[in-house]
Amino acid sequence: MSPPRSLPVALVEEGARMASICNACRYCEGFCAVFPALERRLSFAEGDLAYLANLCHDCGSCYYACQYAPPHEFQLNFPRMLADIRLQTYRKYAWPSPLSALFQRNGIVVGLVAAASLALLLWAMFFFIDRSVLLAAHADNAGAFYAVLSHRTMAWTFGIVFLFVVVALAVSLVRFWRDSGEKFGDFFSPEPLTHSVADALRLRYLAGGGEGCTYPAETPSHARRWFHHLTFYGFMLCFAATCVATIYHYGFGWKAPYAFSSLPVLLGTAGGIGLLIGPAGLLWLKAIRNRTLSGAKQTGMDVGFLALLLWSSVSGLLLLALRESSAMGVLLGIHLGIVMALFVTLPYGKFVHALYRLAALVRFHLERRRTAPEIGAE
Amino acid sequence: MDVSRTYDVLILGGGNAALCAAITAAQAGRSVLVLECAPKHFRGGNSRHTRNLRCMHDAPADVLSDSYPEDEYWQDLLKVTGGQTNEKLARMTIRHTATCREWMIRHGVRFQPPLGGTLQLARTNAFFLGGGKALLNAYYRTAEALGVEVAYDAEAIELDIRDGKFTSAIVAHQGVQLEIRAKAVVAAAGGFESNLAWLREAWGPAADNFLIRGTPYNMGRVLRILLDSGAKTVGDAAQGHCVAIDARAPKFDGGICTRVDCVSLGIVVNRDAQRFDDEGLDFWPKRYAVWGQLVAAQPDQIAYSIIDAKAMGKFIPPMFPPIKANSVRELALALELHPAALESTVSQFNQAIRSGTFDHTLLDDCATAGLSPPKSHWARSLDTAPFFAYPLRPGITFTYLGVAVNERAQMIWQDDSPAANIFAAGEIMAGNVLGKGYVAGIGMAIGTAFGRIAGEEAARHVAA
Repeated sequence: MSPPRSLPVALVEEGARMASICNACRYCEGFCAVFPALERRLSFAEGDLAYLANLCHDCGSCYYACQYAPPHEFQLNFPRMLADIRLQTYRKYAWPSPLSALFQRNGIVVGLVAAASLALLLWAMFFFIDRSVLLAAHADNAGAFYAVLSHRTMAWTFGIVFLFVVVALAVSLVRFWRDSGEKFGDFFSPEPLTHSVADALRLRYLAGGGEGCTYPAETPSHARRWFHHLTFYGFMLCFAATCVATIYHYGFGWKAPYAFSSLPVLLGTAGGIGLLIGPAGLLWLKAIRNRTLSGAKQTGMDVGFLALLLWSSVSGLLLLALRESSAMGVLLGIHLGIVMALFVTLPYGKFVHALYRLAALVRFHLERRRTAPEIGAE
Repeated sequence: MDVSRTYDVLILGGGNAALCAAITAAQAGRSVLVLECAPKHFRGGNSRHTRNLRCMHDAPADVLSDSYPEDEYWQDLLKVTGGQTNEKLARMTIRHTATCREWMIRHGVRFQPPLGGTLQLARTNAFFLGGGKALLNAYYRTAEALGVEVAYDAEAIELDIRDGKFTSAIVAHQGVQLEIRAKAVVAAAGGFESNLAWLREAWGPAADNFLIRGTPYNMGRVLRILLDSGAKTVGDAAQGHCVAIDARAPKFDGGICTRVDCVSLGIVVNRDAQRFDDEGLDFWPKRYAVWGQLVAAQPDQIAYSIIDAKAMGKFIPPMFPPIKANSVRELALALELHPAALESTVSQFNQAIRSGTFDHTLLDDCATAGLSPPKSHWARSLDTAPFFAYPLRPGITFTYLGVAVNERAQMIWQDDSPAANIFAAGEIMAGNVLGKGYVAGIGMAIGTAFGRIAGEEAARHVAA
């Protein structure tokens, strides 16, 4: 592990300038965890800003409430500054470090990886598999998928990629945590961890003052929270479907495809629908969002990840519907290609926000247990 | 803005009082036009910089602890104003705050527990989630949903008042002048604290060195028109709420984050490196407004709050970084003060300190002896490097001069008769309740109470 590089100095200086204004004002204290965390500090170094940036849920409430927001001469666009820093921290903590360059123009990177992954898989299928098999209709009971692509090939390819992704994400998380200065063991302190997971699962800080956050515009709305819930829980259901199917395969020797009423298919279908509506909704919100709040290079990264999620659910549901038709072979290739691209880019795209956000929340709950600096009445 | 129609209610101003009036009149079914002279981004006058509402309550209520009964509230007001208040209107305002939070919440305002460093206000003041701009955003959304028309960059520059009755306003908007007719008008356009010429007229040349903490748009134009039309005045033009703030703050609109909260932890010297008042007389929340006037009385209206390393980190960190030095002499050079004079002031101060037990949460026993002026509490030697300084200037929050009103928010003429269809609310009439001094959260209390009354009465007048 090479030591993480630093964030751009100008960005850190600008962040410290803005955070000092917030620390003297404090009107936004009730919106989220960022401001109470900020108020525990007297000055703002790179590590403090990296933490605050990843604690921020980018809801925009503080921007719309800010008496110093542009065109005020203080030019306080706090969420945008945090978004810019956040993106830099993604690069800083990425492992292996040279791949952190992938966060530059991330939308294009994700698109290229998806295209390459699709092309490679389809080429391999047409190259190695007899076309009469590939383009034929298969009955479910004939173990349709594996007639086209052997289980061994699928399991090995995805297994290796999955292992790499897990290691890359774990190292990134360790780097983030090490930068925070907190002890490694403290990450697993039961109470802070429980609170953080609960905050994350409920998306507590996308609730605003109760009527939702100011996303995509000034009027509070729960839309983003619900679309994110559909995305996250959809993703988890799909993951659960894969786990159950793995148990079926190795534990019981039951071969896919499974019946429409089987647990893996039910879980996968429900998850797929969540991953259809959720990312589509988030993409729509992103398209109509007030651009002044978005980080300079954030949109491409966000769109890339959401598009992959959306296409994985579209292709998965199509495959389910047409799995006994002659389109199955090609659809399987497309679906697997997209899922592969999704997995490969997990450590180098928007997905990492989940890790750092959770870790930042853990740190927030750890800090809350400590006494705050003793400050006299204003 | 439609010049071909006659609006029921015309509201001059776009802050808290104006919006409360607009919402109330619109809910009564009246057509309402709000004229905000600022562009949309800076709408809301000084309400944009506010953060709480002083509330009467007889028992703990959501974000408010304990109780704050009417009489205690009234006594607090009586004390700070030294009697320059109208008891009837003041008690109306106080009683209004007991119930208005429910109305505010219904119209989108959200409250939060007291902010860090404001525990002394936990009992008396309800803080707006996100501060005054968030409150304004909620009110503008509500008003627009009720069909209230809002015009930005629209300033009333003349009012047509005949036989004591308002008929129309000349409005400057995007380089043209329009005549807008209405059956009733609510003047809620704030005071004159942004009008540098008027400030100079009232306070003399010292005013040139004042900073304006709030909106640059409170030019006092509507106030001037009403006074020139024969309105009865309240409050003194030479009185204003004035806080000692960081001298590096912008001329206008610096708001709360220009504050410097370490006066009681060190000493304050003027241009000649001399102390000029007791920095530790009382808790800072009771003194910050006094220090504005004190600095205003010093040569060049400049002063320097000086602390040492022991005090750093014990007060809300100001927005601007301190000027830092490793010795008193170096600090003097950095501040362009006479080094020997500052060294002498500091050493005299240090020698005059009696030993005591320092406790910033109490009126402790750390005081000076035989020093003039004394420091009554929290006096500790300035002896631990590095030393820090914050330059101070007077920062005007608002002015007291306004128009007199009655309990129906009707403006009063000089002959004590009420104007039939001219109402006033907010800072432009706050002097009726607060003729002098200040208690936190009273401005929003007056604005909310009289804004709603003005809206209701204007609507009733139109119906009659």
